[in-house]
Amino acid sequence: MAEQFIGKASEFKDGDRQIVRIGEDEIGIFRHEGEFYAYSNFCLHQGGPACEGLTIANVEERLRPDKTSMGLHFTNDMNFVCPWHGYEYDMKTGCHVKDKSVRLRKYDVVTKGNDVYVVA
Amino acid sequence: MDLIADRGRRVQVEELNTTKLLAHAAKQTRDKKFDDVLVVDVDAHHYENESFGEILPYMENDVLKQLALASRAKGGRGNVAPSGFGYQDMGGRVTRYPLRSSEKTDEKGPHRDIQLGNRWMDAMGVDYSCLFPTGMLSIGLHPQKEMEVELCWAYNRWVTEKALPESGGRLFTMLSLPFSDPDACLRHVETFGDRKGVGGFMVTTVRPKMGVYDNAYMKVYRAIEERGLVLSFHSGPSWGDHTFQSCNRFLSAHALGFSWYNILHCTNWVVNGMGERFPKMPVIWIESGLSWIPFVMQRIDHEYMLRPSECPLLKKKPSDYMRDMYYSVQPMEIQDMGALETTFRMMDAENSLLYASDYPHWDFDLPSTIWDLPFLTDKARHNILGGTAHKLFKLPPRNEAQKANLIKYGNYTAA
Repeated sequence: MAEQFIGKASEFKDGDRQIVRIGEDEIGIFRHEGEFYAYSNFCLHQGGPACEGLTIANVEERLRPDKTSMGLHFTNDMNFVCPWHGYEYDMKTGCHVKDKSVRLRKYDVVTKGNDVYVVA
Repeated sequence: MDLIADRGRRVQVEELNTTKLLAHAAKQTRDKKFDDVLVVDVDAHHYENESFGEILPYMENDVLKQLALASRAKGGRGNVAPSGFGYQDMGGRVTRYPLRSSEKTDEKGPHRDIQLGNRWMDAMGVDYSCLFPTGMLSIGLHPQKEMEVELCWAYNRWVTEKALPESGGRLFTMLSLPFSDPDACLRHVETFGDRKGVGGFMVTTVRPKMGVYDNAYMKVYRAIEERGLVLSFHSGPSWGDHTFQSCNRFLSAHALGFSWYNILHCTNWVVNGMGERFPKMPVIWIESGLSWIPFVMQRIDHEYMLRPSECPLLKKKPSDYMRDMYYSVQPMEIQDMGALETTFRMMDAENSLLYASDYPHWDFDLPSTIWDLPFLTDKARHNILGGTAHKLFKLPPRNEAQKANLIKYGNYTAA
């Protein structure tokens, strides 16, 4: 495993992303709420560019105590979506939002001073 | 470009470039050597409404043409063709929908739809695609029979005279029939059936009422069979249909609708002995997935044994007639591999299944969805991806390796 320089932390605004190629893999690095997250850019569905699509808040359906629905609402959890078919992954875990066994390969990201590295 | 996400938040994504979007598909094409395999996509689409300015002038009736053209004039609010409810783009999650207009093409090159088609075919390793419209799949919902006839006529002229000739032979089609008018259907078959790039005719099954067994259609089927062409039935969703108004999510209406309309009309087709009446006419059921096929086979075989007096034309079980027909693979439900393998066995997929991408629609399938199935033989892979379609549509291999594989797996027929 080697550390691959990605860029300066100061150059990543919250919500930014970067796609890098390392060996045979492509890696998507997101900055979300001050943290860096890095995942394989190959969707586990049909191999689409999983990290290159829309980032969007998770959707939940809220129920009242009597089990009646209050409708659909965005939560504060963020997902990223493969643009090919809509496979939706949790930003913090890389898991499919409905099937945790479907999980993108996750890479460690380290910062040294203002420098950001992905470990691959 | 910016896309709207949650709470109005804007997310920057690159403008659409199909070649770049499908770069990973191109990698699969290289890794799996799809260039050596004839890959025929029997169901792909374009958005013909973007070309209505070219299409509508082909309408024949002056009054209806004026109505259609005027409705599209600047500031007009009319709809020329029926349009359905729905969220195919998933709120922008499938980015090629909202970004579609941002894609650049060569203004001096072939028609924009041809350029876009070449991009995704090249990326996926597809050699030939059957081009279908998108909005026109709902033409059966038009309240005016004569407008359905006019729009089908105009589209069929445009696609055979303008679009397909610019494709270099890589795009072919099965032309939309105005099924509400059997006489008009016959005229379409007689007029367009011999044109280059026409592999057959298509009936959209999204209709409020349709009897594929009606005597009025026998002359149409006979004309198609006599010409050695294919008849296909293309399904779709119709959330506004009475049946689906109980669905409160697009997912439900979409998942059920695409299967339902073909379930309905395939059942009628089989039970009324259409396979006995037109045994030489290949019939394809398109875009319903596969999981409905074992269900219908079991269901109507069961009732056939109890009520044979209602289908006296049948000389074998309904499922046998279903195995005599063809099915496009997309959207293939790869969830329970055992169930999928059983489905392939029950439908004799090696000889009845045809690869389809459905690109650029949101639930498209790549050729690898077939190629990577662990239970398929090499012959089945080659047959499904293109060998069987090669025989149906007489599409020549595009290189010597493809020809060698067609010969190896017993599919090669000289054009």
